[in-house]
Amino acid sequence: MARPRPIVARRRAGVRHVVLIALAILLLLAVAPFLIVALNAVKSASDYAEHGPIALPRALDLTGIVDFWERVDFTRKLINSFIVSGAVAVLGVALSAMNAYALGIGRLRGRGWFLFFFLSANLIPQEALVYPLYYLSKQAHLYDSLAMLIIVFTVIQGAFGTYLLSSVYDHFPRELIDAAEIDGAGRWRILLRIVVPLSWQTLSVLFAFFFIWTWNEFFLPLVFLISNDNQTVSVALGVLQGQRFMDATTTCASALIGILPAIVFFFIFQRTLIRGVTAGALK
Amino acid sequence: MPGRGSEHRSGYLVFLIPGLILSTAVVVVPLAMTIGTSFTRWQGVGAPTWIGIDNYVQLARDPSFWASFLHIVLLIVAMAIIPTLIGLVLATVLFEYVAVTLGNRTASVLRAGFYLPQVLPAAIAGVVWGWILHPRYGALNSLLQALGLSSLTRNWLGDPHDALYSVMAVMVWVQIGYPVVVFMAGLQRIDPELYEAAALDGANWRQRFRHLTVHLLRPDIYVVLVTTTIAALKVFGQIFVLTRGGPGTATLVPSYFAYKNFFEKANVGYGSAISTVLTAIILGLTLWFLRLQASGERVRTR
Repeated sequence: MARPRPIVARRRAGVRHVVLIALAILLLLAVAPFLIVALNAVKSASDYAEHGPIALPRALDLTGIVDFWERVDFTRKLINSFIVSGAVAVLGVALSAMNAYALGIGRLRGRGWFLFFFLSANLIPQEALVYPLYYLSKQAHLYDSLAMLIIVFTVIQGAFGTYLLSSVYDHFPRELIDAAEIDGAGRWRILLRIVVPLSWQTLSVLFAFFFIWTWNEFFLPLVFLISNDNQTVSVALGVLQGQRFMDATTTCASALIGILPAIVFFFIFQRTLIRGVTAGALK
Repeated sequence: MPGRGSEHRSGYLVFLIPGLILSTAVVVVPLAMTIGTSFTRWQGVGAPTWIGIDNYVQLARDPSFWASFLHIVLLIVAMAIIPTLIGLVLATVLFEYVAVTLGNRTASVLRAGFYLPQVLPAAIAGVVWGWILHPRYGALNSLLQALGLSSLTRNWLGDPHDALYSVMAVMVWVQIGYPVVVFMAGLQRIDPELYEAAALDGANWRQRFRHLTVHLLRPDIYVVLVTTTIAALKVFGQIFVLTRGGPGTATLVPSYFAYKNFFEKANVGYGSAISTVLTAIILGLTLWFLRLQASGERVRTR
């Protein structure tokens, strides 16, 4: 009876090692591109030329990052991205809340059709909207402006928000609304004083998602923001690839300063996002 | 009471007005214009010429168009099917094995690691991989050389035979974190007693995985497959930065094909036809998925 045990234990340990090694390799594959970009972004061009991309940098050299930052006026791109993403997140949440208030709590007739109508903004590929939007925005003198993008993305993100929030508001405690109505509160007052505060968690999840999604958008900003002063981070970095001055270290530097904001947002919003997923608020 | 009901509802319509106006301006009108333009020849200036279904006839004969849809099928494999399969295994291993033997913290650190590529903007992911896969100074070929595997070095994005597979590999890397996170959240919902009962009944891990995990995660698998398939149909950013659809048409996708016709060739009518077909496919697929889901739910509740 004493013998089989160590064998099982050894087999268990063997399995354990195989699983852990496999996981470690997969994790390395997932993170390696980030690490190797960071490694080469802080390398001097001559160091890169001499020792190649997989050697450790001989000295910490930030000229690639600084040069690229100044050359493309990266501060400006960051500000543009912040303006667009921040405005879309705020306006998108407001729009979602108003739509969902009417559909989820107001239970308007034809609710399903309205939901489908709104959600289609999210489903329809942007390619099917882009040319008329481009054409119309030129007529309205909104072409090459952040305002145009803010309006379009507010609708697109708000579509998803409306869909999600409507199903949350479906289960909103009816008594609270009725009680407020008896107290003589109007519809606006009920929305602002009762519904919004009580659904603050879901709204903050939406805010985080809208912000990140808009920050990551590329196609419409690429079409609508043509002047250097208006470009967002994604557009600036995306269109610069293949330019003559983009040597290997400059490319890595540009990639790194594109990666960093994304990682910062990930850490800032991580809790909110995971709360959203685990609360079943977001699928 | 019915009277009160409609009065109850009436005050709410006003909250829908901004949304209806905005959606009409940003979605309905442009979509109608795109569909209308798809029946014309138009350079973007002057008056469009009505040509009926000529654009669609031309599309059906255009090898680039068929190539772009074939590539989309392969990108669905890379963005939806492979990540779902790997994600299922990874999520199960993290949840059932790593969290149990090494603790929840290790499991969530690993999950965050796999999720990291998902937080990158598409264009930045393109920049990162464009450099790694660069034939002359990229990291991958240098690494292969350093490992003595020079025979494996390739012009990953420049060779028409390899470019699409390289893009597919990049997309698997991009997508993998999403199913892992969704499936792990789904697993948390499942009653652990079910697993204990299955283990007591002598079910091995493979049986538990097939009959318990996959079965109970069905709704989550569904959501992941639908959203990632639609994402694959819309893919643009990575293609634009990595290959611009090239070399030739080796990595051409419908969205980039439409973009090219709109803004590079000024074939607005033709670009509109491509976009209209893409829209029809996405809406058709979505409706089909919704119906499938509805009938699936009916079967389950029966």
